[in-house]
Amino acid sequence: MSVMTYIGAIGAAQHEAMVADERVVIIGEDVEANVYGTTGESKQRAESGDFVQQFGKKRIRNTPISEEAIVGAAIGAAMTGLRPIVDLSYSSFLYMAMDQFVNQAAKNRYMFGGQSSIPVVFRSAMFYGLNTGAHHSDRPYPMFMNVPGLKVIAPASASDAKGLLRTAIDSNDPVLTFEAVPIWGLKEEVDDNEYWIPFGVARTRREGTDCTVVGISGSLPLALKAAKQLEDRYSVEVIDPRTLVPLDSNSIIESVKKTGRLVIAEPAHRTCGAAAEIAAIVAEAAQPYLKAPIIRVTAVNMQIPFSPALEKFMYPTTEKIAAAIKTVCSA
Amino acid sequence: MSSKNAIDTGKLLEMQKRMLRIRLFDERASKMVKRGYIPGTVHTSIGQEAQVVGACMALEKGDHICGNHRSHGHPIGMASPLGPLMAELVGKATGVCKGKGGSLHLADYAVGSLGESGITGSSIPISVGAGLSAQVLGEKRVAMCFFGDGAANQGVLYESMNLASAWKLPVIFLCENNHYALSTPAHTVTGGRIVDRAAGFGMPGVRVENGQDVIEVYDAVSAAVARARAGDGPTLVEVMTYRFREHSEGLRINVDYRNAEEREFWLSRDPIQIFRRYLTENEFFDDVTMDQIETDIAQEVEDCATFAIESPDPEMHVAFEDLYSDAYELEEAL
Repeated sequence: MSVMTYIGAIGAAQHEAMVADERVVIIGEDVEANVYGTTGESKQRAESGDFVQQFGKKRIRNTPISEEAIVGAAIGAAMTGLRPIVDLSYSSFLYMAMDQFVNQAAKNRYMFGGQSSIPVVFRSAMFYGLNTGAHHSDRPYPMFMNVPGLKVIAPASASDAKGLLRTAIDSNDPVLTFEAVPIWGLKEEVDDNEYWIPFGVARTRREGTDCTVVGISGSLPLALKAAKQLEDRYSVEVIDPRTLVPLDSNSIIESVKKTGRLVIAEPAHRTCGAAAEIAAIVAEAAQPYLKAPIIRVTAVNMQIPFSPALEKFMYPTTEKIAAAIKTVCSA
Repeated sequence: MSSKNAIDTGKLLEMQKRMLRIRLFDERASKMVKRGYIPGTVHTSIGQEAQVVGACMALEKGDHICGNHRSHGHPIGMASPLGPLMAELVGKATGVCKGKGGSLHLADYAVGSLGESGITGSSIPISVGAGLSAQVLGEKRVAMCFFGDGAANQGVLYESMNLASAWKLPVIFLCENNHYALSTPAHTVTGGRIVDRAAGFGMPGVRVENGQDVIEVYDAVSAAVARARAGDGPTLVEVMTYRFREHSEGLRINVDYRNAEEREFWLSRDPIQIFRRYLTENEFFDDVTMDQIETDIAQEVEDCATFAIESPDPEMHVAFEDLYSDAYELEEAL
């Protein structure tokens, strides 16, 4: 075991996959220079562990700024024998390639009657809360949850980031992984051996009996903090779904049946978000068990302002989650 | 018409056979639309057979193609069996995509057909990816994408051409210029010549002025394939051709956007008649042989239609399969 950051764990998973399978390639803008710190063991290029030095430019490729062609080419390469990891850096850049995600990646296997296999991973990072303004702060994973054929994952800890990414790379379907930049530096004990975390299995981070809190992506550590703050008054169960498509509905439903209360926290917009979907699933499956209305703690339906004085109020916070827990528990 | 390449007579005959298959398959499909056997929309390749077959026959086994909405000709050009293609058009269980693709989305991986795309230009980067995998894995295959003069104005083409050129990928960009994006004349919405755009990306651009001549298409594409296979990168080939029928079957456009004189000009340049004349006048084959292959292929098409019509409908569970490689979605769907 070693203590690793979330971003370090992603780099470790990529390194393991590159070593394990020659069909794995990493393509994206600025991956050769390890600009984002996931294509080298260290941010310093000169130090050992640089991916280009280890694997060569055939398998670590800088791309032009052409998201649609990059995504399409990765899909085509996956359909014909490679297992590409595409580093799209900012999640806001995914929109440039929307046609390729929705009309090619998601549909080809189905439309062609199962003839194609599309083992490709699209990594992108949600740079929210970092004063980058509306064009770089998006958390768009719910849009992609709405497209059957894509798998969507959102790890919230270092150990999950490593194990889920290995599973994503080995999956024969297109996987979009959304990484939360505010928790890039979050540390956790991570197994140095190779391991794979199955999709569709939630992780219960804290057991409790009064209230269930589902924390998604960067909101998960905040949910854990809120539960800790309130532990003298309420016994709070905190669940990280880890993968959104497939979603481990059963674990959430079973938890709500036990606690009778549900708060869902996520950094995406409120309308049609993952929280809305989970609330609907629980309402359909466990409504009679609910002792209080479900509360969603999400980003507001507003674009993200640049000024730090304004931006910090746009997303879930520990305080907002704690307030929601108190509300459902006092009902 | 005589080829720069030494083409053996068996291959010459095969070219004519594949062109005939496309023609008769699409004529039959058109009738089946009228009679209600084929639902949805159908775009025929009638008139463009030389452009399709000349390009496909320049490829080898193991090579890949991606296509577009005018989709039947491409897999037929790659020698895909007709029965499962026609069954797909009818929406039957025996369809090449199990009845889930339809006319717009044929794909036959057994012959290297990675899939036709109903979205204009959308399959172009897929072929670039097939070229990328060939390069990384050290395989000598090439990839070709078919797109029309309409798709030539999609931005994704230029991102794809740039990427293929920068990485020297074995890709052939084949523009099927049939002069119209549905009813819109290409020259009214296109700045300059499509072929000239190749220069901007540092790749050769070749225009086949007589795209009704299968040998001219074959020669131009063969040169592009040889270049790609040698590791010298992509080529843009623009083939000038014409669709003899309306954009899609059953479509009625009241404005006469293609005048009679123009139609006459192109209809007198029927690729199948041109090539039959070439083969008989140069004594490669006699009329008896040419009549015989026409009879044989008419029968083959008749059989594929019967096969399609008589095949069973897909069972309902098929609608809930093939979304993912694993089966977890079923639970939620049912």
